[in-house]
Amino acid sequence: MELLSVVLSVLVRGVGIGSTYALLAVGFVIIYRATDVVNFAQPALMILGSYFTALYVHNAGMPFPVAVIAAMATMAVIGALTERVALRPMVGEPPFSAAMVTVGVFFALFILSFRLIGTNPISTGEPWGFARLVVGDFEFRQIDIARTVLSLGAIGLTGLFLQRSKAGLAMRATAMDQETALAQGVNVGRMFGLSWAISGALAALAGVMISAGSGGTVPLDAFIALKALPVIILGGLDSIKGSVVAGLIIGVVEAIALSFNTTLTPLIGENFYLVVPYIIMILALMVRPYGLFGTAEVQRV
Amino acid sequence: MTGPRGDTAPPKAARATLRGRPSLYTDYAADQAIWNTPAKRYWTVALILAVIATPFLPFVTRSQQADLTLVFVLAIGGIGLNLLTGYAGQVSLGHAFFVGVGAFTASVLGGMPTQNVVGFELDLLIWLPAAGLVSMVLGLLVAPLAARVRGLYLAILTLGLVFIGEHLFKELRSISGGQGVGRRGPDPEILGFALFHPQEIFGLQLDRETPWYLFTFLLLVVMAILGRNLARSRMGRAFAAVRDRDIAAEIMGVPLLRTKVLAFGVSSFYAGVAGALLAVSFGQVTPENFGGLGGLLLSVEFLAIILIGGVATMSGSIIGATFVVLMPRLVQAFAPQIPLIGDGALLSVQQLEGILFGVLIVLFLILEPRGLFGLWLRIRNYWKAWPFSY
Repeated sequence: MELLSVVLSVLVRGVGIGSTYALLAVGFVIIYRATDVVNFAQPALMILGSYFTALYVHNAGMPFPVAVIAAMATMAVIGALTERVALRPMVGEPPFSAAMVTVGVFFALFILSFRLIGTNPISTGEPWGFARLVVGDFEFRQIDIARTVLSLGAIGLTGLFLQRSKAGLAMRATAMDQETALAQGVNVGRMFGLSWAISGALAALAGVMISAGSGGTVPLDAFIALKALPVIILGGLDSIKGSVVAGLIIGVVEAIALSFNTTLTPLIGENFYLVVPYIIMILALMVRPYGLFGTAEVQRV
Repeated sequence: MTGPRGDTAPPKAARATLRGRPSLYTDYAADQAIWNTPAKRYWTVALILAVIATPFLPFVTRSQQADLTLVFVLAIGGIGLNLLTGYAGQVSLGHAFFVGVGAFTASVLGGMPTQNVVGFELDLLIWLPAAGLVSMVLGLLVAPLAARVRGLYLAILTLGLVFIGEHLFKELRSISGGQGVGRRGPDPEILGFALFHPQEIFGLQLDRETPWYLFTFLLLVVMAILGRNLARSRMGRAFAAVRDRDIAAEIMGVPLLRTKVLAFGVSSFYAGVAGALLAVSFGQVTPENFGGLGGLLLSVEFLAIILIGGVATMSGSIIGATFVVLMPRLVQAFAPQIPLIGDGALLSVQQLEGILFGVLIVLFLILEPRGLFGLWLRIRNYWKAWPFSY
């Protein structure tokens, strides 16, 4: 019973953080599918999302759920604006140049977040904190449950939007072939903006999920979003399904490594669990260079 | 390192007929020469002399010398990344890892031992090449894996190196001094002559920074010429072929795997040398300098050097390094004159620097993808054809 309880709590913790990684990864994937760009500005979008939530809760007096939705909307607008200003001129340029542009955008937005947040941690006023949930003999952290439900729920809604709505169809068409989509009357530029908007909104939610359950948000928390990079590589850059599977794998393995880390410290060193996602990623790339679910690039001669 | 086959100087008579018509080439070797016009030759010599004379000017301060030394060191690292990313087209975010390997190798071989860290206090002639070689060996080990993936997959794979490197650097405490503490860098001595120490040569009193400034500059010139020669050799053409279209290159008989592995090896060698020099300039090296977020920023800084300077040009790497080091100094100098900048105002000086850095990368990529070097080409071509537009 003791062992089962430990295993379950590690699993729940891993699934919780893993679904947050998946949420971040889906943000990357949606932009990658639409524009062939890995958006390195995602961490900054995430941290601004937490900032706006805190702002709406504390300064505008909104209840927490409303504040989160308002922050998601704000980040959607900021995401779409970023795309229009910085990324649209890069259409037709090599993907690497466009990716570097997002690095530049990251610097600008990240420093903006430093300016806005300051040195003291800010709290988003989330309701979970360190509270626990007791089910029979088992005890879980509420935040892990919240992370799992909300993140997977948001990914599910995004998937539904892509599959069922007219705009989602247009986005998928754009992802498949921009020129053909254009010829069929899809406003390709608007689809780029839309994908950035969705991605910004997801990043905002992820920001709230990451900062919940910790003491508060500081700008440097942005770099937690880099955890999504091994996830998208493991899952495949262009697969939402891959993001979810890989996010859960990496979250769970990281939680397992964390729970073993203290006993094995002399052998593997402190904080080894932080490196585990990258090691999994490298091992996976040795077997499948395009990730678990990624589309292999067809090479034409 | 030799140039393309048949690269010999044209006979004197032939050269005489070319005087006044610098762009007329009568053979391939002259076209491909490093300094293919007389103007380039003279200006290079003038520039080298000017840089050598700089520390002796009365108004150049010691901290300015240190800044310029940093430019030379980062330029060496930048040339390494340019060979890999600019010439061979393999985007790497892991350059800081190789720089770090070089820095710690040099610190172990050339540094003082203490209670916590090992050190062998060897000569610079040993630790400098060793830093490059150890880095190169690691580069060669990583390369076959990196050669399996392309484009952005490769960028993120190499980003993983930075984080794995952070872990290694932190855990190997007897080498790196451990997290947050670090260790002293190596003492640069060539056969007993201390390079980072006040010296008297020919009756001239030199500051501590001056011999080191001159040495790093000499090394930069050597490494840049080596790099330029490499780029115009058979191997450099193979790099460019792989970058431009890897399948076409393979069909023409360029071995893909071998070319990519070579590119990684050469680039890591440059990175290792740059790391060893950085360790001296920093004085104290910590795992955070080269791993984790610090490493990521350093990698991005190197990418910025080649993007702002000019992709696939040697002079571009040097211009880029100059820009990346001196831009913050300029901002600091002019900050008091800019409204809304300063402590407690709209943006602090560091924040302005960071934003400018990001914005400049974006602006260059959008407006002038060839970087500052491209800007220079435009200016030159404008005056070449003046008063006609082309």
